[in-house]
Amino acid sequence: MNVKKIVNFIMFGLTGLCTLLTVGILFFILAYMAWRGASSLSWSFFTQLPAPVGETGGGMANAIVGSGKVLLLATIIGIPIGFLGGVYLNEYAGPTMSFVIRYATDLLNGVPSIVIGIVVWGLVVHPMGHYSAFAGGIALGIMMIPISVRSTEEFLHAVPSSLREAAVALGASKWKAIVTVVIPAAMRGIITGTMLDFARVAGETAPLLFTALGNSFWSSGYNQPTATLPAMIFTYAISAYDDWHRQAWAAGFVLLALVLTINIVARLVVSRGIEMPRGNA
Amino acid sequence: MTSSSIKARTLPAGRVGAFSRLASGDSVAYALTLLAAGTIFLITAIIFYELYAQSAIPRHKFGWLFLVTQIWDPVAGQFGALPFIYGTVVTSLVAMLIAVPQGIGSAIFLSELAPPRISDALTFMIELLAAVPSVLFGLIGFYVLVPILQANVVPVLRDTLGFLPIFQGAFYGVSYFSAGVVLSIMIVPFIISVSREVLMAVPREQREAALALGSTRWQTTWRVVFPFAFKGIMGSVFLALARALGETMAVTMVIGNTPQIKASLLAPGSTIAAVIANEFTEAVGDLYQGSLIELGLVLFTLTFIINGLARLLIMATRRGTPA
Repeated sequence: MNVKKIVNFIMFGLTGLCTLLTVGILFFILAYMAWRGASSLSWSFFTQLPAPVGETGGGMANAIVGSGKVLLLATIIGIPIGFLGGVYLNEYAGPTMSFVIRYATDLLNGVPSIVIGIVVWGLVVHPMGHYSAFAGGIALGIMMIPISVRSTEEFLHAVPSSLREAAVALGASKWKAIVTVVIPAAMRGIITGTMLDFARVAGETAPLLFTALGNSFWSSGYNQPTATLPAMIFTYAISAYDDWHRQAWAAGFVLLALVLTINIVARLVVSRGIEMPRGNA
Repeated sequence: MTSSSIKARTLPAGRVGAFSRLASGDSVAYALTLLAAGTIFLITAIIFYELYAQSAIPRHKFGWLFLVTQIWDPVAGQFGALPFIYGTVVTSLVAMLIAVPQGIGSAIFLSELAPPRISDALTFMIELLAAVPSVLFGLIGFYVLVPILQANVVPVLRDTLGFLPIFQGAFYGVSYFSAGVVLSIMIVPFIISVSREVLMAVPREQREAALALGSTRWQTTWRVVFPFAFKGIMGSVFLALARALGETMAVTMVIGNTPQIKASLLAPGSTIAAVIANEFTEAVGDLYQGSLIELGLVLFTLTFIINGLARLLIMATRRGTPA
């Protein structure tokens, strides 16, 4: 073997090792979380309130419900704006407007989540005088917008123009063509994008620290400080109690299972047979 | 159609433009989507404005000195951003040093060597790694990775590179170095998925021409494919850097949260995002709170510049790619 063949061999070997390392880390995380989490998980985790400091046992039922409430609000706020914005970008916007809106979307996508937390604190929490699930929902809703815009736009863009032309040739107005032909054709892609978007914000912690805050008890309605799963993991993980660490692992396992299940279902089942635009989730 | 044309006729004659267009269903759809798009623009503008307006007090009190002052003392009312800017930059640099070679290496493997099916399956797994929530990286980082670093990695680094000031001093586990390693794991997936896409967009003919001239696969990759995709790969690197700068939860859990500037990577420190996460809810007084918000403004500006650079580079490759 001559030198260049040996170099060829070594370098590709190294790239293979890089890949193996990256994928290995994923499997390590999955296995470790499953091991620590499953051994810490119990039925009471899903049904009981957190135990007072010093007592063992208890669960995170309030945080599970709280996360659900915050995520529901976020979806209600973020997805319509993102979806309609995406429709505007692909179907209506001229070159100047599409540049402006796309730029704003990219900018919003790049804003660190902690910064969104501060801003929503200033806009919602500070004037209202208290932390709330409502503020948390707004923070996560803002985070959902850019990805929703991008995925809606890309999947609409992938709809062949012959479909639009056919609808218009049959006498449909532009909006009817969009609503009855173009959007249904892109629907599976848009749903996939929405699911991935949801999974991303489901694990967000930083913006919830100063919006939803947390709560050791049930919170009624949307106007009170609310416990959420990710914020609870953080609080419990950095605490000094062994039993809280155990619960943090259990909560982490539940959160990871939720996020990965949504990802796998979205990518393998819902989007089967359609080309996924890469790098937008 | 009919209803909209009836409505259109009820408008006063001669009124054209925005109002008469609003009367048809088409215009309602147009207005609705424009409203949503406008909201996006507005939200982005409000974020910047809020950060700017809410940080007025420290901006007036400290001026540009805020950025270069080392002291962060809430009790004395002295606030300087330098320790946090330093920590943010250092942890991100450590992360990039690990993640860039690993990410580009993996991307080359996935686009140049692995058969398409295997490549797709591996890319799928790498995208799952990107989906793992940040707080879980913090959890595993603190309870698993830090002990490993302490027992196995740092002693080796000390023995081999201990003469460098960056590997001297005591190591308590939480440090710039630990934060950098955790960050590197979190940003690798972004480098891989964007770089792989850019590499796969390099035209086949480029590879075939090089192979036909007698190059090995590696020579083709290194001298032809890689330079062709270079700008796009740099774009992916900057995107990852912007993420690393703004990453909060995982870093907060492993950096030690000490506002100081130390040459040694093994010392505890803090970052912009970490100090906001730790102190914001407890910050008393307008000056303290305003200073934390000004730190948010600094972080926003930093990621804005890096992200802009990344987009430019990625756009340049897309335009530069023939057909």
